[in-house]
Amino acid sequence: MGAAVTLALQPVADPAAPLARRNPVAKVGAALLFSLPLISTLDPLTPALALLVELLLLPFFGVRLGVLARRAAPLMPAAAGILVTMVLFAAERDGALLVSLGSIDVTTGVLATAGALILRVFAVALPGIVVFATTDPTDLADALVQNAKAPARFAIGALAAFRLVPLLGEEWRSLSLARRARGIDAGRNPVAKMRLFGSTAFALLVGALRRGVRLAVAMDARGFDSDVPRTHARRQHFTLPDAILLAVALLTAIAIIATSVALDVFRPVTG
Amino acid sequence: MSDVRLRGFGWRHSGRRAWAVRGLDLEIRHGERVLLLGPSGAGKSTLLAAIAGLLPEDSGESEGTIAIDGLDPRKARDRVGILFQDPQTQLVMARSGDDVAFGLENRGVPASEIWPRVSDVLDRVGFPYQMNRPTSALSGGEAQRLALAGVLALRPGLLLLDEPTANLDPPGAELIREAVARATGPDTTLIIVEHRVAEALPLVDRVVVLEPGGGVRADGSPDVIFAAYGDKLADEGVWVPGFHASPLKATSQPTADLVRTERAAVSGRLDPVTISVGGGEVLAVTGPNGTGKSTLALLLGGLLAPTSGRVEAFGDRRPPHRWRAATLTGRIGSVFQNPEHQFVTSRVADELALGPRRLGRSPAEVTRVVDELLERLRLTRLAGANPYTLSGGEARRLSVATALATAPRLLVLDEPTFGQDRRTWRELVDLLAALRSEGHGVLAVTHDDAFVRTLADRTVPLGAPRPDPLPRRLRP
Repeated sequence: MGAAVTLALQPVADPAAPLARRNPVAKVGAALLFSLPLISTLDPLTPALALLVELLLLPFFGVRLGVLARRAAPLMPAAAGILVTMVLFAAERDGALLVSLGSIDVTTGVLATAGALILRVFAVALPGIVVFATTDPTDLADALVQNAKAPARFAIGALAAFRLVPLLGEEWRSLSLARRARGIDAGRNPVAKMRLFGSTAFALLVGALRRGVRLAVAMDARGFDSDVPRTHARRQHFTLPDAILLAVALLTAIAIIATSVALDVFRPVTG
Repeated sequence: MSDVRLRGFGWRHSGRRAWAVRGLDLEIRHGERVLLLGPSGAGKSTLLAAIAGLLPEDSGESEGTIAIDGLDPRKARDRVGILFQDPQTQLVMARSGDDVAFGLENRGVPASEIWPRVSDVLDRVGFPYQMNRPTSALSGGEAQRLALAGVLALRPGLLLLDEPTANLDPPGAELIREAVARATGPDTTLIIVEHRVAEALPLVDRVVVLEPGGGVRADGSPDVIFAAYGDKLADEGVWVPGFHASPLKATSQPTADLVRTERAAVSGRLDPVTISVGGGEVLAVTGPNGTGKSTLALLLGGLLAPTSGRVEAFGDRRPPHRWRAATLTGRIGSVFQNPEHQFVTSRVADELALGPRRLGRSPAEVTRVVDELLERLRLTRLAGANPYTLSGGEARRLSVATALATAPRLLVLDEPTFGQDRRTWRELVDLLAALRSEGHGVLAVTHDDAFVRTLADRTVPLGAPRPDPLPRRLRP
């Protein structure tokens, strides 16, 4: 768990790529401005176009396709879940009948709806994945404080807590082993498994809280709670290219939606 | 340069009946270097937190006064720096240089001055890496050294060290003492709480002994204090200098092997090891951090599967890691480095009853075992207490007692004496010696030379010694 967490949190892209270099706040903002409008429609074309744009932009973020695929892997179970749910429970079953599994008719209409939903999940999630793959958490916290005027207490505090996350993995392993050493195992009993999981999770939580309190005291001892205005050792600059990135992200999203409206496939969520 | 004045100072944490410290009159002048001593529970850490201004007014009740350069400690916070035990909960940032800069940013130091000061203080503590070294890649000693740099960067007139080496192995502890000696000049007032007294003595010129229950018992130069109070302090568990324990070695030959490994290894964590432990012997596994000592303990404890080689025990065809947990606790007892990881109930007595109950012992039998262990490890008074509220020494005794409750023939201990006061140390050593003469086999992973000298019948060193503990930081 520890290694996996570390892997998912560290930036893995070429830091010199033109878009990876942009201000972290601009990148996060652009990801939001680009992906949020996509939620407004249920048609498959809009997310398909968005995905196309996202994949075309990958090289400019210095993210290789393989890296992206690994990071996006956790979305696969969600996609599979959508497919199964739609096949089993979709109310509308129009279009041509493909297969009939007992009382369940799998039609082209059902598959099209499921496909559109799956495309949406990927189209909305990928910008976020790309941004975090190309952004150092320290830079993001700095930019949030310096460019987005977020309170340092929140941004730097979250960053410090973040550093402790990989420790939780090791702690979980120790706690589980210690329980086995005490003669506690669940065997094949699912209820016992749940209880064991619960008690281990509780112990983990207690440990994490204690550690969090100690960290907070140590931070305050170094003046984190002082009234003096904080200075910034590392400068983050929000420049014209960053503003352009934000504007282009929003305009591209609008253009994609305009295309699907023009082609008369736009299906607003509230329709 | 800062001075400290306490007049009848006392502090009681909210919700506690007893005062943590009380009736304390003490004056520490500019540039003095003081070692604060006292048996565990004498309120040393509370006193340091009070001096550092880190006890919020609403978190307890205070009496008397405490002043740093004539100021209330909460208003003098920018004059005081404090280093705690655990480096992991003091480092804030992902990169080493950023972490030192963190305090300077908080104090509003202009950005142009920050990096020269960071570089300077990293040199002073002998930090061996570049500033962009990830803090997650540092060893315990290196991380604690970085934490010290973060404190010293703020140029405190008063430096407080709260058991700064308690979580470190001996080479790591040496790194910190070196760094403190190098980096603090005659104009820094220093107060240290440290139970490894002999090692801390070169850093101080005055010793103050707190009386549990209140007040100062003794105050003076180290020689005078230890000549007059050394024996009493030793009885109370303080590691006074010049400690020698007479060896306790096995009096008879070990019986047949309880557990044996054959080139057992865990890839990336432990190189192949072939060892065995018989009944009636104590085997010590030593070696620097990172050589897989704890991993070996997990292998022998049946808690981890080897990725190559074999582990066999108790003549069972199945390797220990495949046994059911109940079978395992009846044969092998494991004691972890952090006692709190092992506690699963909310009462000390329940903690001891858990193992025997899971083995299906009768209630009368369970009661007998629990009472006997409480008595043997001086925990009777705490039978109803929550295990998480115990002191370090009590928690260690309880974790050993829980492993003994199922009467396993083999005991595997990871750093059993780590951070213990002298009294608990003595009790553990005597207990393990008694278990050995009853025919139990004991394997202990340890850094503690005194423990090895006193008790171990055989020693297995793992890995190669680490290179120079004090490399110079490379200039970019």
